[in-house]
Amino acid sequence: MNVLWLQSGGCGGCSMSLLCADTTDFQGHLRDGGVNLLWHPSLSMASGEEVIALLHSVLDGGTRLDALCVEGSLLRGPHGTGRFHMLAGTGLPMIHWVRELAAKAAHVLAVGSCAAWGGITAGGDNPTDACGLQYEDDRLGGLLGADFRSGSGLPVINIAGCPTHPSWVIDTLMALAADGFAADDLDPLNRPRFYADQLVHHGCTRNEYYEFKASAEKPSDLGCMMEHMGCKGTQVHADCNTRLWNGEGSCTRGGYACIACTEPGFQEPGHPFHETPKLAGIPIGLPTDMPKAWFVALASLSKSATPKRVKNNAVADHLVVKPAVRKTRLK
Amino acid sequence: MSRLLVGPFNRVEGDLEVSLDIADGRVTSAQVNATMYRGFEQILQGKAPHDALVYVPRICGICSVSQSVASARALADLGGIAMPANGQHATNLILATENLADHLTHFYLFFMPDFARPVYAAHPWHAEAVRRFAPDHGEQVRAATAARQRWLTLLGTLGGKWPHTQSVEPGGSTRAIDAAERVRLLAKVREFRGFLERQLFAAPLETVAALETEAALWDWHAQDPLGGDLRFFLTLVRDLQLDTLGPGPGRYLSYGAYAQPGGGWALPGGVWRTQTGEVEVLNPRVITEDATHAWLAHAREPLHPLHGITRPEPDKPGAYTWNKAPRLGGQVVETGAIARQLTSGMPLVRDAVARHGGTVYTRVLARLIELARVVPMMEDWLQAIRPTEAFCVPTTLPDEGSGVGLSEAARGSLGHWLVVRRGRIANYQIVAPTSWNFSPRDAAGTPGALEQALVDAPVREGEQTPVAVQHIVRSFDPCMVCTVH
Ligand code: SF4
Ligand code: SF4
Repeated sequence: MNVLWLQSGGCGGCSMSLLCADTTDFQGHLRDGGVNLLWHPSLSMASGEEVIALLHSVLDGGTRLDALCVEGSLLRGPHGTGRFHMLAGTGLPMIHWVRELAAKAAHVLAVGSCAAWGGITAGGDNPTDACGLQYEDDRLGGLLGADFRSGSGLPVINIAGCPTHPSWVIDTLMALAADGFAADDLDPLNRPRFYADQLVHHGCTRNEYYEFKASAEKPSDLGCMMEHMGCKGTQVHADCNTRLWNGEGSCTRGGYACIACTEPGFQEPGHPFHETPKLAGIPIGLPTDMPKAWFVALASLSKSATPKRVKNNAVADHLVVKPAVRKTRLK
Repeated sequence: MSRLLVGPFNRVEGDLEVSLDIADGRVTSAQVNATMYRGFEQILQGKAPHDALVYVPRICGICSVSQSVASARALADLGGIAMPANGQHATNLILATENLADHLTHFYLFFMPDFARPVYAAHPWHAEAVRRFAPDHGEQVRAATAARQRWLTLLGTLGGKWPHTQSVEPGGSTRAIDAAERVRLLAKVREFRGFLERQLFAAPLETVAALETEAALWDWHAQDPLGGDLRFFLTLVRDLQLDTLGPGPGRYLSYGAYAQPGGGWALPGGVWRTQTGEVEVLNPRVITEDATHAWLAHAREPLHPLHGITRPEPDKPGAYTWNKAPRLGGQVVETGAIARQLTSGMPLVRDAVARHGGTVYTRVLARLIELARVVPMMEDWLQAIRPTEAFCVPTTLPDEGSGVGLSEAARGSLGHWLVVRRGRIANYQIVAPTSWNFSPRDAAGTPGALEQALVDAPVREGEQTPVAVQHIVRSFDPCMVCTVH
């Protein structure tokens, strides 16, 4: 499978994350999976006129393009000209190249939340008029339009995340190379279901604290970060706490809140990221599948039943009360 | 005379275009264009100050932690926050992990592959260069990618994830390290040390760090000219005269790297001039940015970053890049590992720079020497962690005020300047390492460091993307996304 990778209005972090894929031989792993990188801005030999020649060869049909991966948002400004990102050496805006190349590709992949929705680059009042390939936040459209379908008939595949997890990208590419990817493998926002049908909350090491509403109050506390520290893990689609990062991490394991980086519009939550917005003392962002009254009732019940261990550890950065060791055999 | 427009450059972070005037097979003048603008400084306006810690890492995927550290330091300055010793050690470990990963990535994945190009096919070492450094197949490229992946697992524990680690706070680190984890992290540092000692240096780190003069370096090289990748590089330096290629301005800036709990720095900063061979104390008040040749609004005078403005003017006449021109007391300076090694008193780098100046050779040498020097420091910082003591103090920030955060990324000095009014960010200005190195001309028409370094670079018959230009550009380890933020 011939893969071309382009970067526009992002930070390159999705590529840097990709290189952290869990394998002892990254380059061999891709090759063995049937992935042939035609060009990647960080990984290929070709520079300058060699790259431009390759792009022309794709456009005039000389080189088959099976998958176009775009990392970074598409910068439409100023005034629709795309001049906020000109592809070096070509005198043409990157959005021009992306439009033309997407029309030739069997599959188009948005790698990361920038390319999927606009992402962090679309923050503030979006000075560069940044958008995603086929979405602008959660609205269909983006650079390529709501009706765009790649050669395979699929919409743009949104491997959202900021950065995106290396194995979300690798697994998607491998599945495409093996022809094992169909429309039902995408969720309603066109993210691969294998990771987007999970919640960040699943497998979080703070789950016991969550159950008892034993909450962290300051950075580095061990408690659940939903009540005070802005954690959105109960609502956010991703498997970060079961498919860990860099060997053994995740945001919540690193001591900071899930900021919903796989979700459209995460860059403008409407409140400071590290604070939970509340109404009458109750967090506004409750788990999507839980009625508010139930949550309130359960929370007050569980708070009254919180073991001392959980309560005290929640506001410390290491265990101050250890689980008791029972003298009798466990039953 | 002819003109050449060169780009896209790959194996640099972000998109870069260079336009060259060429006469008699040499570059006579260069203009460097950072071709993309995203507007982080605009996006940050009006945000809660602490939110900067979510936005700024996303300026750059290769040095996101460096951005976080500079920002956390600016917020700490704003709030008068001092972190506990554990927080300092954890922050240094996180930053050093990223910086050393950058050095490794730069050498193996970005810089060395150019020597596997067919243009060098006639050189006796070429087949070996292909075997080691061909992107995709090269043995050392693949081994280094694996070592990098293992190395960054340190950040899985220390920071939850990388890039865009959010565990770095003004008050320390949100991820406390327990005793068992500390031992495991030490084992990982030793694993990385093992890679460097077997593959890169073919010698103990301490042996490399103890080389004090160029004479000693070349003696060590002569013992085994192809043994390890540093010596292989030195072999190329001699053959291709990389010691004359890409001279820098002879003035070097470092803010000081890895703040120590008791005060001071593991690698003290300052300004180094080759002319005098002495470290001068840095005065950050004389830092300015000049936007004359950037597609950005400019004031009558170059502005200090605390008063800086960033407003795109895409139709501005005479402009050719999105990058402003930072100057130190009006002068062009170079920043990077070479500057850190000079200001922190590394004798070999001082000796080499005294003889050759800042060149492709000395820039890359300084980077590799830094790997040898900092890994043992990391072992010490891990030992110094006290697992039962605090890692972080809470952050309380005033509604009015300003803060400065100066730090060192792998590729040089990074500064954040922030002004807060009524509890919101009123101004946030960033001066990144590549903003210094790849700066355009200023109002006086003085070219930036790379623009100067490219003058005289050889251009072979028929070359569209001259290989010498590529070596020079990559020797700075540029990061274009940071440059223009
Ligand atoms: S999604 Fe995040 S990590 Fe990826 S390019 Fe955009 S800002 Fe960088
Ligand atoms: S910290 Fe977040 S993800 Fe973890 S248990 Fe609490 S709400 Fe769930």
